[in-house]
Amino acid sequence: MSEPEEDIIDQVVSQEYKYGFTTDIEMEMAPMGLNEDTVRFISAKKNEPEWMLEWRLKAYRSWLKMEEPDWQNFNYPKINYQDIIFYAAPKQKIQLDSLDQVDPELLKTFEKLGISLQEQKRLTGVAVDAVFDSVSIATTFKEQLKEKGVIFCAISEAVHEHPELVKKYLGSVVPTTDNYFAALNSAVFSDGSFVYIPKGVRCPMELSTYFRINAENTGQFERTLIIADDASYVSYLEGCTAPMRDENQLHAAVVELVAHEKAEIKYSTVQNWYPGDKEGKGGIYNFVTKRGSCEGAESKISWTQVETGSAITWKYPSCILKGDRSTGEFFSVAVTNNAQIADTGTKMIHIGKNTKSRIVSKGISAGKSHNSYRGLVKINKKAENSRNYTQCDSMLIGDKCGAHTFPYIEVNNNTATLEHEASTSKIGEDQIFYCNQRGIGTEEAIGLIVNGFCKEVLNQLPMEFAVEAQKLLAVSLEGSVG
Amino acid sequence: MLTINDLKASIEGKSILNGINLSIKPGEVHAIMGPNGAGKSTLSSVLAGRADYEVTGGKVDFMGKDLLELSPEDRAREGLFLAFQYPVEIPGVSSTNFLKTAINEKRKYHGLEPMEATDFLKFMRSKMEEMEMDKSLTSRSLNEGFSGGEKKRNEVFQMAMLEPKLCIMDETDSGLDIDALRLVSAGVNKLRDGERSFLVITHYQRLLDYIVPDFVHVLYKGRIVKSGDASLAKELEVKGYDWIKQEVEAAV
Ligand SMILES: Nc1ncnc2c1ncn2[C@@H]1O[C@H](COP(=O)(O)OP(=O)(O)OP(=O)(O)O)[C@@H](O)[C@H]1O
Ligand SMILES: [Mg+2]
Repeated sequence: MSEPEEDIIDQVVSQEYKYGFTTDIEMEMAPMGLNEDTVRFISAKKNEPEWMLEWRLKAYRSWLKMEEPDWQNFNYPKINYQDIIFYAAPKQKIQLDSLDQVDPELLKTFEKLGISLQEQKRLTGVAVDAVFDSVSIATTFKEQLKEKGVIFCAISEAVHEHPELVKKYLGSVVPTTDNYFAALNSAVFSDGSFVYIPKGVRCPMELSTYFRINAENTGQFERTLIIADDASYVSYLEGCTAPMRDENQLHAAVVELVAHEKAEIKYSTVQNWYPGDKEGKGGIYNFVTKRGSCEGAESKISWTQVETGSAITWKYPSCILKGDRSTGEFFSVAVTNNAQIADTGTKMIHIGKNTKSRIVSKGISAGKSHNSYRGLVKINKKAENSRNYTQCDSMLIGDKCGAHTFPYIEVNNNTATLEHEASTSKIGEDQIFYCNQRGIGTEEAIGLIVNGFCKEVLNQLPMEFAVEAQKLLAVSLEGSVG
Repeated sequence: MLTINDLKASIEGKSILNGINLSIKPGEVHAIMGPNGAGKSTLSSVLAGRADYEVTGGKVDFMGKDLLELSPEDRAREGLFLAFQYPVEIPGVSSTNFLKTAINEKRKYHGLEPMEATDFLKFMRSKMEEMEMDKSLTSRSLNEGFSGGEKKRNEVFQMAMLEPKLCIMDETDSGLDIDALRLVSAGVNKLRDGERSFLVITHYQRLLDYIVPDFVHVLYKGRIVKSGDASLAKELEVKGYDWIKQEVEAAV
């Protein structure tokens, strides 16, 4: 019944390589491999001040002494860090003149995802400037932000323009020695976003990497730093919902959030890196460290993530609840199909009094994939009257996949209240037949049922993002039944 | 509208339908009665295209199309609707969203543009009024936590929304209280327009007082063993099935 058009993304991606989009013309690359010279090379390319170089070198030296972690619930081939090119920019893609030159299959996928024409052009490397005045749009936003005193720029720019902020906060939440991949990122990060919201300012728009990415190709080691000063608010969106044409690659980003007194940061991610083919060949290793610190009293940090891509996703966006009455939230949807692996969850570290955290995790596994929730809730000695609510729901499609939950709890204060709920369900043939009988095809039915299952989390996303995420869920599960 | 010719079907190697013959013309209401386990739900499932059943013989023509060749969703899009004996719950999906998807899938199949959101809501509101549906039910997740009776009423509401050509109703009356039965019957009668046909599966004459059938059939051991007009249902109400069973056994 379901045509062989299943897994359009996979097909599209493998076709991409055939067309040789990766043969770039103008590439500036660091020599392959990693040593102190590589770090110096990157720093020099970015024209960095001495203190930044020193910071990187320190990170590099500690990385050398660290071991790659092996506590995870899966295996992956050992990464040879001497086979990686750590710096390649400005990666000028082949410019096409119009969308007519783009592989029609790829366009079909975009259409399914509901990606706008402009976005399609950007993703396929069609020159946008002539048709689409991205520059002026970006500048209008810049003006508006400037009026409010909001700083939103590339982190490499911030190093030059706002060194005092970068010095103060970079590595303050995720120290360079935090873990193997964070240390690596600290040594070689190529770029990323920097956001500062001044006291009392409510950022007038959702900030998104979308507006910035036109200019440059962010590398595999992005670094994001967001600071919300007292009583400010910002909502930040990361990622794009398009199929990426990356090959089997390590993606080791670091994201640090700092929320001061009464400030609120909402961080939303929709991740759809290339997942590899049906057999598990290729795809991104998405090993990301994301952590937010609720520094001040009554501050709040919310992570929302929709993870559908990558061969392996290994990340735990976390909150350190230092300020009294601060709140941490984690809303997650992780979808795995075919041979994908996701090991994701969160850490909620309660330090301040009357701190609250909420975890809602929805895992969907199809094919022969494995999907694990791993979460830690830690209540420190002084965290009087802290509360945590955790809800972990898993949905299985087919019978070759696996769902696992690893909830860790450490309570050192007996005034704490912790609640935990978990469920596992299967998409029933009855449900699919019911939809079929109303004229809804099997793929759409799965999309509908899965979206219903994830509703609580999707509701957390900004409207536009939620719509894209919904479509993405359906697309990434194509061909998972029948 | 629908012509069933010597239809045979089995599940897990066990033969359940043993040669069904039935012809329904536009605008007609046919009732199917019969003891538990006779194969009534099986017949409706096979017509709707449930994959668990294997069709082992026979033909079904639905408005000039070979019904058994069509996928379940295409059967629905062609205008076949089944009100389930046991409607399933779909958590997190609102009736509104579900019906909008269903209607637009059907429109797409027929080469029509999707319905505008505002037009859809207007349409839905008018149908809710017509079927006297409570607003709260359509905003909730589909069938989730609905009472037995509410689920059945929701099936009839969906039927009204999707405007099918042939409505198969599998024991829609069971589980309904007296008022709900009246409401559902009134709803169904509103949908009778001289063109739309109904295949009503029921155990009780009660329903047929409200929805008066043109024909009544008795299904037994996978065959239609007796057919008649509305009076047959009344006779069954009084006499039960034993006399029919005996007739069948005697004929063997
Ligand atoms: N999945 C199945 N596996 C084995 N036997 C089945 C299955 N589904 C149905 N049957 C059998 O098929 C026969 C007919 O069942 P069906 O549900 O069609 O009866 P019915 O006439 O609708 O009964 P009721 O009036 O109780 O609803 C029964 O004997 C039933 O046990
Ligand atoms: Mg039945």
